Amino acid sequence: MSEEDLQHGGDRFPLTRRSVIEAARSIDAEERERALEALCAAYWKPVYKYVRWRWNRPADVAQDLTQGFFMELLERELLEKFDAKKSRLRTYLRVCVDSFVSNEDKAGRRQKRGGNVLHVALDFAGAEEELSATVMDPALIPSPESLEGFFEKEWVRSLFALAVEDLREMCVAHERERTFHLFEAYDLEDSEKTSYQQLSKEYGISVTDVTNALAWARREFRRIALERLRELCGSEEEFQREARAAFGWDAK
Amino acid sequence: MKFLSDKALERLRDGPETPDLAGTRYRLLERLARGGMGVVYAAEDGKLQRRVALKVLDVPGTDGDLANRLIREARVLAALEHPGIVPVHDVGTLADGRVFYTMKFVEGNRLDKYIETVASFPDRLRIFLRICDAVRFAHARGVLHRDLKPANIMVGPFGEVLVMDWGLAKILRGEVSSGALEADPEATVFGKPKPANIAVDATEISVVTGHGTVMGTPGYMSPEQARGDVEHLDARSDIYALGALLRFLLTGHPEIAPVPGGRRLDKSLAAICAKSTAAAPAERYPSVQELALDVSRYLDGLAVGAHRESALEKAGRFYRRYRFFILLIAAYLVMRVAILLFMHR
Repeated sequence: MSEEDLQHGGDRFPLTRRSVIEAARSIDAEERERALEALCAAYWKPVYKYVRWRWNRPADVAQDLTQGFFMELLERELLEKFDAKKSRLRTYLRVCVDSFVSNEDKAGRRQKRGGNVLHVALDFAGAEEELSATVMDPALIPSPESLEGFFEKEWVRSLFALAVEDLREMCVAHERERTFHLFEAYDLEDSEKTSYQQLSKEYGISVTDVTNALAWARREFRRIALERLRELCGSEEEFQREARAAFGWDAK
Repeated sequence: MKFLSDKALERLRDGPETPDLAGTRYRLLERLARGGMGVVYAAEDGKLQRRVALKVLDVPGTDGDLANRLIREARVLAALEHPGIVPVHDVGTLADGRVFYTMKFVEGNRLDKYIETVASFPDRLRIFLRICDAVRFAHARGVLHRDLKPANIMVGPFGEVLVMDWGLAKILRGEVSSGALEADPEATVFGKPKPANIAVDATEISVVTGHGTVMGTPGYMSPEQARGDVEHLDARSDIYALGALLRFLLTGHPEIAPVPGGRRLDKSLAAICAKSTAAAPAERYPSVQELALDVSRYLDGLAVGAHRESALEKAGRFYRRYRFFILLIAAYLVMRVAILLFMHR
């Protein structure tokens, strides 16, 4: 692949997906299941962390509640009841989580749920580590805005992490591991930024190549993240609003 | 799956078009506007702890036409030190390879928004004179703006008028502070080797704005500029745009249109606009100074060069200029006549 192709994002990953809302209303059971999996992949961590933070549940209880919530989503066909004109899917799900946890408390139910219903691997230990690394101001906990803000931030983190994973797979599939490593080293590392010159020395390439590789990876990351986001929205209007929330400015 | 820290999240959020300010003294605050060449952001200068406007290209690279134009714009601005021209602070290349420059952060309104709050013609004409002042200065330094329009004029909170966006500027005689144009940008180039052949001279400019290339804004662009006749452009092309600007200030439109409220535009002002925007450059004012002089004469109640007055118009203007004294004398005469009549009864 030429440098020019890279510049123009040629050979793109086929990512166009159907909205989970549409898929959840499909008569095809497999499609409905795929929709739930996509939703679960993007939302399980925000839901788990939210239950831990907002409802102050111990890790094992939060794990059960998280799995239970997604099962309820399937059993009670909650996605079908979602109206994109009235709210964002993200807000709707958060309200559903609140309602679910509250009802579980009232009913005094707590059942150990089997992990084989959901086909998405839920790395709760990893989520716990992330949670302990997240800085939270306890004084903000009672504020509804902070709850919404927390859920939004975790949702963006989850969405971006999925997009990074997609990008990594894409780079591996097209033998561009070096591009991903550059992206990882410069954009994903938590430490102070290394310079383009340092990367060029480390990888034995010119600074221009580092610049081009990073520009390409960022463009592709954004495209992939937006594709994933589109899948998780019920309408174009919601997509635009959520893209703005995720990226700060208008995402075209 | 990799855990993304808050810092990583911020970087990813920024997206591919957000400039990478790593290694610079600037911190991005918000996006202000998008232009033809790139994007203008509000940024904070960490060293001087002040807000600046940062203009950056969309694409990396220091040797393309756009990069040359942006660097040239910064150098033109640096050479034009005038209170009516936005001052440039810094120019260089970011870590991601994109050329940028920083300039004064201008708080205020674009002219088209600002005049919505300025009702009186004299006040609008005074703003126009300040624009002329800046353009006249640029012409004296051999620079044509070539894109004068309300969107490129800012009016600050203290009434200061600033001419912005010199991206289409043309250097007529290569006289623009040669020191500034040949300055080495290395001192402010971040994370990138010194770009080769970064200095821009008049020859390169003619390539940028080569013959047949139409650059400008319809309504404000002179006919010769609209034809792409770049080689023959001179100060009179900007005078055309200034005439359109004057008409915009008076009527709300750059081209001939009725005055808001159904009033008729004063014949002298209409003549100034018409002379400035004449199709043939030879029929326009020969210099911005001449144009500004005519507008000043109008403000002072004097006859303008662009309009030959009839005796009635002359009398009307004389009356408007000396209305107070005329009314005073008239009142005195009426009183005298009344006293005389009373005495002879």
